[in-house]
Amino acid sequence: MIWVHDLKVTFGKGAHTVKAVRGLSFQVAEGDSFGIVGESGSGKSTVLRALAGLNPAWTGQVEIAGRQQAARRDKAFYKLLQMVFQDPYGSLHPRHTIDRILAEPVAIHRLGDADRRIDRVLEEVGLGPGFRFRYPHQLSGGQRQRVAIARALVLEPRILLLDEPTSALDVSVQAEVLNLLARLRQERELTYILVSHNLAVVAHMCERLAVMNHGRLVEELTAEQLRAATPTEPYTRQLLTASLGYDRAAIDQFEDFEATA
Amino acid sequence: MAEDPLLTVEDLRVDFETATGVVQAVRGASFQVGREKLGIVGESGSGKSVTGRAILGLVPPPGKVEAKRLEFEGTDLLSADHRQMREIRGRRISMVMQDPKFSLNPVMKVGHQIAEAYRTHAQVAAGEAKRRTIEMLAAVRIRDPERVYEAYPHEVSGGMGQRIMIAMMLIPDPDLLIADEPTSALDVTVQLQILAILDDLVSERGMGLIFISHDLNLVASFCDRVLIMYAGQVMEVLDARDLKRAKHPYSRGLLNCLPRIDGGRGELTVLQRDPAWLEAKR
Repeated sequence: MIWVHDLKVTFGKGAHTVKAVRGLSFQVAEGDSFGIVGESGSGKSTVLRALAGLNPAWTGQVEIAGRQQAARRDKAFYKLLQMVFQDPYGSLHPRHTIDRILAEPVAIHRLGDADRRIDRVLEEVGLGPGFRFRYPHQLSGGQRQRVAIARALVLEPRILLLDEPTSALDVSVQAEVLNLLARLRQERELTYILVSHNLAVVAHMCERLAVMNHGRLVEELTAEQLRAATPTEPYTRQLLTASLGYDRAAIDQFEDFEATA
Repeated sequence: MAEDPLLTVEDLRVDFETATGVVQAVRGASFQVGREKLGIVGESGSGKSVTGRAILGLVPPPGKVEAKRLEFEGTDLLSADHRQMREIRGRRISMVMQDPKFSLNPVMKVGHQIAEAYRTHAQVAAGEAKRRTIEMLAAVRIRDPERVYEAYPHEVSGGMGQRIMIAMMLIPDPDLLIADEPTSALDVTVQLQILAILDDLVSERGMGLIFISHDLNLVASFCDRVLIMYAGQVMEVLDARDLKRAKHPYSRGLLNCLPRIDGGRGELTVLQRDPAWLEAKR
């Protein structure tokens, strides 16, 4: 479904060049859920933005649903692939009702029958028609993230890119949103790429995951390998140890993993 | 807790009067802190940060703080005047906030800010303050303290910024440190390294630490005791190692809704809130 080869993203010019992604290759089969884990600055969100066509400054090859992708994407592409962003407070227009937020993509793609589509998608994300004419500020963080998911789903895409979809939410709300995403994937046979700094979230949601550090793919492994605690790379092992909680003795063994050229 | 507590809080209430009515942020919280690591855990809006601020008299207006008892080593913090509070704040009890970006003065060198904190509380010459500051920066494991002393806040990373904040808060040698989500903006490995620094300093100096966090697993592995807050009330106080045996349905719900690395991929348990939890315990 998604095939990426030698993806590179560079920002800035001359001495101020930042190599955010330094040659990344992976593939995701249809209906799979693929996780990308990394710490801040590892380039994980940049990969998603390049795949979504939000950042045209990349090189390499990207093939999505059998089509080679250029820097710019056409309208049909966004019918196929949608993205859900991290911050449900910043990604919804504060002066638009939920109805208008959800009607806009339907109108852009001339799908028609907006009324029925909006009602159905709100039902699917567990909000119900009562939320249709409210404003984002009248909703909680979890409800807003459900609206953001509804906005992505209203076009009935086949691929969802999820950029830290629950990191702004309380843990009890996180559980609800993760359950919703898992159920939707099953019902609609969606393909996911989920980016997160939280290993537990990725282990829970994905069959396979890639660990990134300083723009490189450190290791690709299955969730089972992660669960069995058998990563081969020292960076992944350290990340795993750190994710398991505070252990005074283990912390003294931590190393800095610097960027390699 | 065997020895005398440093801080005793009894029936703490914090109300905010707003246009739409009174918001009760803390509703009758009682606890004690000794020379130990106490974790306060709760979700957003549970009143955990306001509790920390109320201890230091830092609740912003229109907030009103009431308590049957709010006592720090024999001093009643509620009746203390401004002069007494200034003696206590920083010198005896200090506080590390969540984001170093907003807590440091952006136009003042890091070293000068720490030295200023020291000289506010100790009568020392500028040279001595600088020497102590550099010592302190080294104590929070900053590799090149002389360089960092001369740096501005925008020149340091988030993890470094939080080490600087901890250095600034610990240099007057307080008895109690309140840390409000000191590491939640940081990467997980950096977070643990900073907690290790706090841990060592707390045990070396015999300080008390109140660690406020939303991360139940982290608190359970880091602190000695855990206090779980919900809607401004203390739901349960537990020894950290007994957390898995928590009894209150809210604590259990919080534990169960976390995805686990070694867990299955089944549906996560969703926390069911019981309206009865909201009824204030009188």
